[in-house]
Amino acid sequence: MTVNLESAPAVRGSGTPARAAASAGRRRFGSRAGALFVTPYALFVVFVFAVPLVYTVWISFHRFYFTAPGTHVDSPWVGLSNYRDVFTDPVVGQAFLNILVFLVINVPLTVGLSLVLATALNAKIRFRSFFRAAYYVPYVTASVALVAVWQFLFGSDGFVNHLLGPLAPNPSWLVNSHLAMPMIAVFVTWKQLGFFVMLYLAALQNIGNELYEAASVDGAGRIRQFFTVTVPGVRPATTLVAIYAIITGANLFSEPYLLTGGGGPDNSSVSPVLLMYQKGIEQAHPDFAAALGVVLVAFVLVVSLAARKFTERGN
Amino acid sequence: MLRRTAYALLVLATLAGTATACARTSPDAATADRARGPITIWLSNNAQEVQWGDAMVAAWNKAHPDQHVTAQQIPAGKTSEEAISASIIAGTSACLVFNTSPAAVPTFQKQNGLVPLSDFPDGDAYIARRSGALADQYRSTDGKFYQLPWKSNPVMILYNKKLFGKAGLDPNHPQLSTYSQFLRTSRKLVRSGAAQAAIWPSPSSDFFQPWYDFYPAFAAASGGRQLVENGRADFDDPAGRQVAAFWRELYAEKLAPQEAYPGDSLADGKAAMATVGPWAIAAYKDSVDLGVVPVPTAKGSSATEPTFSDEKSAAMFSACRNRATAWDLLKFATSSAEDGRFLQTTGQMPMREDLTTRYASYFKANPTYKAFAEQARHVIEVPNVPGSVDIWQAFRDDWTKSVIFGRESTDAALSDASSQIDKLLNEYEGQ
Repeated sequence: MTVNLESAPAVRGSGTPARAAASAGRRRFGSRAGALFVTPYALFVVFVFAVPLVYTVWISFHRFYFTAPGTHVDSPWVGLSNYRDVFTDPVVGQAFLNILVFLVINVPLTVGLSLVLATALNAKIRFRSFFRAAYYVPYVTASVALVAVWQFLFGSDGFVNHLLGPLAPNPSWLVNSHLAMPMIAVFVTWKQLGFFVMLYLAALQNIGNELYEAASVDGAGRIRQFFTVTVPGVRPATTLVAIYAIITGANLFSEPYLLTGGGGPDNSSVSPVLLMYQKGIEQAHPDFAAALGVVLVAFVLVVSLAARKFTERGN
Repeated sequence: MLRRTAYALLVLATLAGTATACARTSPDAATADRARGPITIWLSNNAQEVQWGDAMVAAWNKAHPDQHVTAQQIPAGKTSEEAISASIIAGTSACLVFNTSPAAVPTFQKQNGLVPLSDFPDGDAYIARRSGALADQYRSTDGKFYQLPWKSNPVMILYNKKLFGKAGLDPNHPQLSTYSQFLRTSRKLVRSGAAQAAIWPSPSSDFFQPWYDFYPAFAAASGGRQLVENGRADFDDPAGRQVAAFWRELYAEKLAPQEAYPGDSLADGKAAMATVGPWAIAAYKDSVDLGVVPVPTAKGSSATEPTFSDEKSAAMFSACRNRATAWDLLKFATSSAEDGRFLQTTGQMPMREDLTTRYASYFKANPTYKAFAEQARHVIEVPNVPGSVDIWQAFRDDWTKSVIFGRESTDAALSDASSQIDKLLNEYEGQ
């Protein structure tokens, strides 16, 4: 008689010694294979996330700058000095204020538009595949190319100002200290909409048709169905979209770097990450940049937790 | 099992750390200073400069087959300084970089990335012999040369003759000498519709942008003072205020746009003027009919007034293992013959006091360049002080706020920038 290990019932504390040994061997093999498969990712996490994070925190408490290899330079402990510099730098305050403005515009706009569009694209409409692809194209297009389109539209001498004529804002969109950050927020919303629409489309597949049918029988119209069935049905996705939008928004770099000439006008569109780049790389102050990075992580955590509380309330 | 996995990870981490540490070694200075062998040099990505560099390296390699030199363009980055700084940290910089900004030298020094050229037995003597008194601005605060002042691009006003003609202005006798003349001419250029902008310097907040709006005008207005003199900010005075007010007027009247141009505004015919060095003549020769005048001053400009040098140095980097070869190549590349070839190929000015007499035939054949050569004798460099980049950034931030966007008075902005820079100088002195 042969023992079919695949079909053998799992019996704990009983059975023959041979069967128990085979089971233990299989578990050992399974855990070894598992460890083997997990090792590359574990190494990736250690080297790409954990080590840099710990190193960043270490740098933020020392006077530090990058030097040529093999040369010794003192990196004395400076306690909270770098953090004090971060909190007393008016440009840092401006950068966080800018990001708040960005998030206040970008996150609700992203959640609202992507849910409405996903609902529309989930319905049986003509050219549905074309529309789905059309909304996704900006997301997979390089920022540099999209920025060129935006500049063509919203530059001082751009298409929109030509249409508006004397109604065009002065100073123009991207050099106006009140409009630059909202313009970036709208740009990023437009650019990333396709990705969030896709998340919502996936979530919409999990809402059973019977809920809509029941609502319909109860006399609910399309709009009523949207608010009473769709919105609660995709709530976990809404949490994901909001938090993801907050995290990507807080890491804003390319758009102010390319669209407003490095955070202009007069720092009104500078972001914390752009500032980290300017301080850490351009001005050779990695200690300041590290402290700013730690503060930014804390900021993102707090805002994300608040967003999660908000989107999950009533659950 | 968990313990074994943890051990395996620990071993891998140790190996990776060791490998990283091995990669991050620097050559022993005493050995490297005497060593000869193959080296790599980096050139800027200016087409004419690359052409000269390739020819120079070919000539060297022909005569020194045992000390082969490889020339490459500086790796891509927003600025050369960022790419060089990254290479210092990684230990991958070339032996020589022929595009080192003097403003970045204090930072590179602090990173232990530079080889002091003064430490070569004939280092100081060679630099002084080649560049004379012009070289003094390039000594670091410890009295050593960490850079060989190589070439300058004295900043002047280049203008598009065709657009001047279109605006009804005399292209051969432009009225650009005084601030009031410059403003009148600018108004005519823009209001006639001949050009979208009279002049279009980048309004971005980059630390180096003052070198193309404020600093040339300040050098001319102040009779050749640097931004920092004797360890203190030295621009919050009538000369600095006049320059700031002049530029403020250009922006306020929309003669200079507040938005960055995504390209080359002079080449595209969008701006009628630009503040640039002689490299632009070769670059624009097929697209723009150019005229050249000195930057304006309140009382009127002259051909011998000081201006910003827009100089680039050649520097030797500490990753270099064959420094004796690098030093010999540096002297070969900056010899009288190679400087002549460099001038001929690029139109840029080798850093020599006797430029116009040494290469008289070139300037006779190329009179447009002579105006730059005259100014090259009076160039002003960025101050060679620690914290140079921070200092320029502090200046730029106040300039942007007041001059470009008019959100505070120019006098208040200069005063604020001056105080901040003094503070930075004190902080760096204390470190």
